[in-house]
Amino acid sequence: MFLTRVVFAAALLLVGASSVQAMDLSPDAVKIEDDAIEVSLTGKEGDPAAGRKYFANRKLGNCLACHANKEMSEHLFHGEVGPPLDGVAERYTPEELRAIVVNSKAVFGPETVMPGFYSLDVGKDVRKDLVGKTILTAEEVESIVAYLVTLK
Amino acid sequence: MLKKTRMLAAVAAVAGFALAGSYAVAEPADDDLVIDGTMKMTVRAKPPEGHPLDEVRSGWLYRTEETRALEEDTFQNPGMLYVERGEEIWNTADGKAGKSCASCHGEAAASMKGVGASFPKWDADAKRPINIELRINKCRQENMQAEPYKFDHADQKALTTYIKHQSLGMPVSVDLSQGDMQSWWEKGKETYYTRTGQLNLSCASCHELNNGKYIRADHLSQGNVNGFPTYRLKQANMVSLHNRFRGCIRDTRAEYPKAFTDVLMALEVYVTWRGTGLSVETPAVRQ
Ligand code: HEC
Ligand code: HEC
Ligand code: HEC
Repeated sequence: MFLTRVVFAAALLLVGASSVQAMDLSPDAVKIEDDAIEVSLTGKEGDPAAGRKYFANRKLGNCLACHANKEMSEHLFHGEVGPPLDGVAERYTPEELRAIVVNSKAVFGPETVMPGFYSLDVGKDVRKDLVGKTILTAEEVESIVAYLVTLK
Repeated sequence: MLKKTRMLAAVAAVAGFALAGSYAVAEPADDDLVIDGTMKMTVRAKPPEGHPLDEVRSGWLYRTEETRALEEDTFQNPGMLYVERGEEIWNTADGKAGKSCASCHGEAAASMKGVGASFPKWDADAKRPINIELRINKCRQENMQAEPYKFDHADQKALTTYIKHQSLGMPVSVDLSQGDMQSWWEKGKETYYTRTGQLNLSCASCHELNNGKYIRADHLSQGNVNGFPTYRLKQANMVSLHNRFRGCIRDTRAEYPKAFTDVLMALEVYVTWRGTGLSVETPAVRQ
């Protein structure tokens, strides 16, 4: 009895650790209309505290590589390739922010330098282990969006 | 597409940010590179016809004051150790023919002056452009009966650095009229503008559209090759050009080609042309 529970819990953990969850919208199923994505990719609200971490993490969003953000002054280096994101929630609705993070090219046009973080429309010769994978998971996107919404 | 007002707001935010001024100014330095107080380098040049930028600039202008100073002083430039090592190799016999480079080419200061500034060059035997590294290997195999160097062998880097250094201060100039150089230039150009990897970026995304800006801690330059092989402080070593190309491609999260393959040779032809008129700075010092 005890053992089966442990096994069951371990199985749950495994599911939790895999990048695509059963409830997530797949990148192909995401619809961008009027520069916005109306529904959450996970069906849930993101966690702004986690999103704040993903934003700075070089292996995840690495948004700071290209964007300055006064709210993150504890980080020494902020990039300048894109506009500063101070007050970005006053310029865009949450649904628009979601669309920008998911596939900036669908919003700003194909020439933008900003990567699409939940899109399979990527460059040539993608590293083999990343083929068919998005830069961020649905949960990471939703949490980053939840964080961006706090930038007022 | 998003409405104009939003972009205006963003522009205003940029302006406000610049005023806040908590970060380094992103413009290239307004400075002259004069080595040992006597040799003035051309770090800003008029672009060749058909070049997309208004001014061709050396990567030196985008480095910090401390890094720039290291290149201004021969005694402080850590790359000079590799020039010395290259001179040793130049004068040492190797291979079954019992010859050194000097056996045939004599004093490099005379025979190699200007050579580094004019590569890559068309190679009629190979029917493709070759760079200094491949030219060295050709002489080792055909003229010395020695093994070619493997890519990035320490001696390959030192000897390449030594040969390029003999052109210090001379303007980069590739001859596109030789053989099929023009079509290799075209191929290189196509690669330059092709987005690669999961991050979906091309060379132009960073070095043409965004030079002068910071990408996190890195100040983006135009990605010119006039200083190669360069001494990189980060690696505390000389870095060859094809190593740098591969690193930049890898950073887009893409598979990257092997050194000296057609793709990277074509890229070298094209990117070298983009730096036309800049002084050879080898060994340049970079971060
Ligand atoms: C390689 C550089 C790069 C990275 C990395 C990047 N962006 Fe961007 N971003 C840009 C650029 C450039 C623009 C401006 C859009 C345009 O006109 O091309 C932009 C625009 C934006 C905007 C609209 C800003 C405004 O005021 O109009 C938001 C929001 C945004 N990015 C969020 C993010 C987030 C969140 C991340 C990390 C998940 C991120 N970006 C990562 C380059 C980048
Ligand atoms: C047996 C004589 C011989 C030896 C030894 C030799 N080379 Fe050469 N090298 C030549 C010849 C011949 C050429 C072709 C000259 C030409 O095409 O004008 C040449 C051409 C070159 C060139 C191209 C010059 C140019 O103007 O394009 C370089 C660079 C070069 N050698 C470097 C070296 C180096 C480095 C070594 C030692 C590792 C070396 N060579 C050893 C005979 C030799
Ligand atoms: C994500 C941005 C990015 C992309 C894309 C990129 N690079 Fe770079 N590259 C850098 C950074 C950062 C440096 C170091 C700072 C500098 O000199 O710009 C650099 C440096 C260089 C240098 C050395 C410049 C010098 O003065 O020593 C060369 C050459 C270069 N890149 C060529 C390329 C080529 C060719 C491509 C396309 C295959 C490319 N880069 C793509 C970011 C990039």
